[in-house]
Amino acid sequence: MSEASLSALAAQLASKQISSRELAQQYLGRIAALNPSINAFITVDAEKTLREAAAADALIAAGQAGPLTGVPIAHKDIFCTDGWLTTCGSKMLSNFVAPYDAHVIQRFKAAGMPSLGKTNMDEFAMGSSNETSHFGAVKNPWNPSYVPGGSSGGAAACVAARMAPAATGTDTGGSIRQPAALCGITGLKPTYGLVSRYGMIAFASSLDQAGPMAPSAEDCALLLNVMTGFDPNDSTSLEREKEDYTRDLDKPLNGLRVGLPREFFAEGLNSEVAAAVEAAVNELKKLGATTVEISLANSQLAIPVYYVLAPAEASSNLSRFDGVRYGYRAPEYGNLDDMYGKTRAQGFGAEVKRRIMIGAYVLSHGYYDAYYLQAQKIRRLIADDFNEAFKACDVILGPTAPGTAFKLGEKSDDPVEMYLNDLYTIPANLAGLPGMSLPCGFDAKGLPIGLQLVGNYFSEAKMLNVAHQYQRATDWHSRQPEGLK
Amino acid sequence: MKWETVIGLEVHTQLATRSKIFSGSSTAFGAAPNTQASAVDIALPGVLPVLNKGAVECAIKFGLAIGATLNRVNVFDRKNYFYPDLPKGYQISQLAKPIVEGGALKIIVDGEEKTVHLTRAHLEEDAGKSLHEDFHGMTGIDLNRAGTPLLEIVSEPEMRSSAEAVAYARALHTLVTWIGICDGNMQEGSFRVDANVSVRPLGQQEFGTRREIKNLNSFRFLQQAIDYEVRWQIETLEDGGRIEQATVLFDPDRGETRMMRSKEEAHDYRYFPDPDLLPVRLDEDWIGAVRATLPELPAAMQARFQSEYGVSAYDASVLTGSRALADYFESAARACGQGKLAANWVMGELSAALNKAELDIAQSPVSAAQLGTLIARIQDGTLSGKLAKQVFEGLWEGAGEVDAIIEARGLKQMSDSGELEKIIDEVLAANPKSIEEFRAGKDKAFNALVGQVMKASRGKANPAQVNELLKTKLQ
Repeated sequence: MSEASLSALAAQLASKQISSRELAQQYLGRIAALNPSINAFITVDAEKTLREAAAADALIAAGQAGPLTGVPIAHKDIFCTDGWLTTCGSKMLSNFVAPYDAHVIQRFKAAGMPSLGKTNMDEFAMGSSNETSHFGAVKNPWNPSYVPGGSSGGAAACVAARMAPAATGTDTGGSIRQPAALCGITGLKPTYGLVSRYGMIAFASSLDQAGPMAPSAEDCALLLNVMTGFDPNDSTSLEREKEDYTRDLDKPLNGLRVGLPREFFAEGLNSEVAAAVEAAVNELKKLGATTVEISLANSQLAIPVYYVLAPAEASSNLSRFDGVRYGYRAPEYGNLDDMYGKTRAQGFGAEVKRRIMIGAYVLSHGYYDAYYLQAQKIRRLIADDFNEAFKACDVILGPTAPGTAFKLGEKSDDPVEMYLNDLYTIPANLAGLPGMSLPCGFDAKGLPIGLQLVGNYFSEAKMLNVAHQYQRATDWHSRQPEGLK
Repeated sequence: MKWETVIGLEVHTQLATRSKIFSGSSTAFGAAPNTQASAVDIALPGVLPVLNKGAVECAIKFGLAIGATLNRVNVFDRKNYFYPDLPKGYQISQLAKPIVEGGALKIIVDGEEKTVHLTRAHLEEDAGKSLHEDFHGMTGIDLNRAGTPLLEIVSEPEMRSSAEAVAYARALHTLVTWIGICDGNMQEGSFRVDANVSVRPLGQQEFGTRREIKNLNSFRFLQQAIDYEVRWQIETLEDGGRIEQATVLFDPDRGETRMMRSKEEAHDYRYFPDPDLLPVRLDEDWIGAVRATLPELPAAMQARFQSEYGVSAYDASVLTGSRALADYFESAARACGQGKLAANWVMGELSAALNKAELDIAQSPVSAAQLGTLIARIQDGTLSGKLAKQVFEGLWEGAGEVDAIIEARGLKQMSDSGELEKIIDEVLAANPKSIEEFRAGKDKAFNALVGQVMKASRGKANPAQVNELLKTKLQ
């Protein structure tokens, strides 16, 4: 089971070698055994999961199964899920049972894929290590002293530990790709607007994008087929014809032009990561690709720009958590202002409060032009760099993160050091471009290394093709943590 | 010292869309608390706004109606502040790029026409309501109104008296109801006025410091509040005091304005473009399609009434006080072919009866077609003006159609001159004294004789005919 790809699981279900209920039970068993030490899940509800699995079995029996019907999946706790606790990793929503399904959840339900539970995450998706979760840090399955990355750390860890065959994640500045890299799995952040944000608790609306996380690129392509599509409930959702993201998986890479951004191989990059990425480049060359050096000069400003824009949007998005209508409210307070103050002081963690303060500051009267407007202009320049680069190449390749997983607590007292972990992932969010991370090796400590691909708008099928061909030639993506096999 | 008053108005008009501006919930007034509040309206985690195109079309209509610039790209911003009836912690509004800019409205005050220019009009969502009564020591929140579409219409500070401010507010009220974008119900808060008021020494160029009077929901309160505020500001300044910029509330019971918050307490709303909504793009096809739905506007109709029906400028402005009134007048005028007479009847007898019964023109028991027929019967000599009033009463009571009432009540004007001559002969025979007096040169005596004839005919004689016949007989 733990070796099986999504397509293999789907085939077993279709040929009735296994039922969805049995499959779900096996994963639930593995969650029961491993989650206490890894803490990848905030909520597991076996009864609900098995009910959904039974419904999937009925669909299969009735001959109404889709490509992934019966295959279970874990959902990041950022997606509102009808009847499920939906916390976003925060004390603020520690009592919030969502009364509706996010669009992404609706799509997986419609595809007949039972939910294995809600995965742990950095509070309100703000973090790169999963240490800001109100529900405790997630441990990296490759070494429990290390972080899994974040914010979709629970999703990455549960897939890496094969507690779920796949998971949903969200990515605002790297929250799918960086934990995928640190946990040795594959994760894809689609073009902004491809997956509806409806029901996905907002962090930074102009950057947030949901995507699939799974062992392989082929799995991600199948999941993307389920997740994408126009949603009239999201005004930023794009109205496009439905694509089959598996269509180009088997295409040869002859003539592929791989762009290598000079700035992504410069100072600050761990040498083991650099070596693994270079080896991957050579592998792609063997498969027929050529390389071209490109420049993304303004990407060096991506972190400061991001830490103006994302907190600005977050400060406003998180205003609704005020203790009035749902969620946490301070048990004792005086007047209205005191209720707001205490509720938010107690309900939010330190990193969330830090970003709300930064955001409120950059939007305030007299600072707006210098920070927010200026950052928007640079955001445009960063996107322009990519547009220019894609004239010379089909896909951009580099490291996903500057290093491999770091130790729990190692960077939690130094926000800036933590922010630097998203150096290579943030530019794609700012430009709205698709990006993905796939495993390309291990460091000397046995921790996974991630390779990042950034494609042009709507070139997910091309990126998945490159990743799939690479994964056919290598086996990094199918390796599993020794102790957890 | 002589002082000059400067007034600018900000009017929140609730748009007459069926659903809210960013959700599908109903906007109907008066439902049980929170029964018209969807996941979007109560700002559950994860929900997103979707713009109601109907609200945009209301704004386009308004922009076209006042000759404004329609911004082909306009943007929704977030106005951030905390309040329990503001579920998201921000209001979606338009700051830097509103949908409507400029435009003007004509008003008439004391017979003088004046043009008031508009600064802008922007779309935004309404907040919910905080209910402080009925909950001991607590506040109830009703989010039915949250997300109701508003068009905030901002004038230039061009009004110089409360009378001008009221005339502008009335003209605006007429216009927004005329073009059907607002039901105009002030009691239910569909048309709420904020007045920015300042005073300055007459002749001074720069404006004085203004104070904003919030949420005036009747024209009377608007007038009273401005008058009080102007007096207060002048007294304060003449006593050597200073006006501090502030927001004030009008207390109708005491007839006073009182401080709500000072400038120092003003919020920093941290406006920024809402990333959940795309910029609104208006293309020429869309604008053209909306333009095609616009009715004839009050100003155009006034001009036409003057030229087509020969009514005065003043009458034309009264008759276009609402679209229903204008339509009524025009139907009646067309039915009888007598514009001026129709105007007199609509503004006279009909308006008086409606006022007395506290009815709106739309509720009039006398239809425009009936009034038109009535006027036609005056014109063709069937009825005198006096008889017509009796027929009108019959119509008002629902006694039937015009001709049936005339027939049933025997109100037909006497047209048979033989019958009239007989009555005149009888009257002359009975009043020899009056005849003598008349011959002695007393005109009064003639009038007395006319009166006698009218009385004897029970009002049905044609007064002109009576005059003529009497004169002939007395010569």
